[in-house]
Amino acid sequence: MKKIYTRPASLKRTPFHYCPGCGHSVVHRLICEIIDEMGLQDKAIGIPPPGCAVFAYNYFDVDMAESAHGRGAAVATGLKRAAPETVVFTYQGDGDLAAIGTAETIHAANRGENITAIFINNAVYGMTGGQMAPTTLSGQQTTTTPYGRDDRLEGYPVKMSEILALVKGSAYIERVAANSPANIRKAKKAIRKAFQTQIDGLGFSLVEILSPCPTNWKMSPIESCKWIDNVMAGEFPLGVILDRTGKKDAG
Amino acid sequence: MVKVLMNGNSAIGEAAIRAGCQCYFGYPITPQNELTEYMTAHLSRKKGCTFIQAESEISAINMVFGASLAGVRAMTSSSSPGISLKQEGISYLAACELPAVIVNMSRGGPGLGSIAAAQSDYFQATRGGGHGDYRTIVLAPSSVQELADLTHKAFDLADRYRTPVMILGDGVLGQMMEPVEFDYEAPRKLTARDDALRGAKGRPSRIVKTFTSNPATLEELNWSLFRRYQAIKQAEVAWDTFMAEDAKLVVVAFGTAARIARGAIKNARKQGLKVGMLRPITLWPFPTEKIKELASKRKQFLVIEMNMGQMLEDVRLALNGAAEASFYGRTGGVIPTPSELQRVIARDYYQKGLKGRK
Repeated sequence: MKKIYTRPASLKRTPFHYCPGCGHSVVHRLICEIIDEMGLQDKAIGIPPPGCAVFAYNYFDVDMAESAHGRGAAVATGLKRAAPETVVFTYQGDGDLAAIGTAETIHAANRGENITAIFINNAVYGMTGGQMAPTTLSGQQTTTTPYGRDDRLEGYPVKMSEILALVKGSAYIERVAANSPANIRKAKKAIRKAFQTQIDGLGFSLVEILSPCPTNWKMSPIESCKWIDNVMAGEFPLGVILDRTGKKDAG
Repeated sequence: MVKVLMNGNSAIGEAAIRAGCQCYFGYPITPQNELTEYMTAHLSRKKGCTFIQAESEISAINMVFGASLAGVRAMTSSSSPGISLKQEGISYLAACELPAVIVNMSRGGPGLGSIAAAQSDYFQATRGGGHGDYRTIVLAPSSVQELADLTHKAFDLADRYRTPVMILGDGVLGQMMEPVEFDYEAPRKLTARDDALRGAKGRPSRIVKTFTSNPATLEELNWSLFRRYQAIKQAEVAWDTFMAEDAKLVVVAFGTAARIARGAIKNARKQGLKVGMLRPITLWPFPTEKIKELASKRKQFLVIEMNMGQMLEDVRLALNGAAEASFYGRTGGVIPTPSELQRVIARDYYQKGLKGRK
């Protein structure tokens, strides 16, 4: 019999700690599949964030180093400049990348750092228990917006991918979602292209992934996946936001 | 090797490059800008080396963290308000046991303070500075030559003990020009530490982290850090003495304050006062044993600092009541003059009744 589906070599045999229906495990697997397919297991270095994904270093079988909250892009900058032969990716949530780490992210992109950011947007702070994120939708209830996010008091959902597309050092930015087989396939293609952008030395690459958080959204996993299509993607439209790579398709 | 005339900030830069520093990340702040500029001019074009003017001090220290992960010698510099911003990164460096050199050309505080020289970051430097149970080695030079020498030493100590090392200077040391000699050349081939993260090639993958959901694991990490700190305390304490042997009154001062005190002590000696000095070169580890030894010889102490009395606490902890330590300080960036300190020393000498004492 031919084996058509197996655990990627760069994904450790450690059971995930993530909640049922969480998008992190899907994205972890996608990144590991890409690392295997592109032969990067001995070159890749991952920078996981504080937050639910802090334990990413227990799952990826590549070199991994924890970053302070929001500083992933700065850590990745120092690492990549000192070891240009490596392939460096940060794995960051919305609070990490779009709130506390806004400056680090924008300036790393502006310098055209050859690093890749995997940006998990689930519209809440997950590990701390479901507080408002910069990407929380208008009207969305969280533990710190119990009456729904009021734009005039709490600000509007921050669209980091669109902001980063205005920055000249950015080379490739795409928004995808981890909520259906079709979207997951697109997400994988985007991650591959982002890594290729880095390998080709073209500058900063980022893949934003709309990712379900059933626990903090207080929805079932199925409802969460539908909510991404029906509500979240309305605020955060899927698709390529910036492509300066000059390549139609790396896949 | 000939002596060259350099300001302190540039001397640190040259010394760092000769010590094999491959990455420097900075952010402008007075009075340390000459160091950042020196590194742009001399490091950025060097093969395999990196200079970045970061978007903030926070980013700069985190770039140092990244470069140190990659196993190369990395440095950042700033002055007091900027050093406060770096404390997050310094705590992570200490926790992850990563070597790094951090230069603080300190200025008056608190707040934005002044751009004039001060020593009011002593507590912050010697108590760890950021969150958590850790210490950093703190070196306190008092001349441009010593800035250069201690910069070289800082990189060696950082690598040997896998810890961040701070050089605590001040605006005077950074700005003043003195002849300086560099007695070592940059290594031809710069190599990465063997525990670096550069991809899991021919070895299992590595994790550099501190977070753990098990407090007992973290307690063990803290114990291992403190066992190392104990070794540092035993091996690396450094100090200098000046006319301390027959002195009845020992001035304890570091850095710029020690330089000024030295002139004052010379003049006090001409007045017939038996005064000497102990100058800590490592502020952490602190020369506690040396102070105890001096106290056992029935000496009295006068601590002089450019702050409101910070090292004073370490001196009193060392004395533990064995002798009296009085204090004189100027703060906010005000620099005492030698004649001012001479008056202070003489007053203290007479008040302690040392003039007639055998």
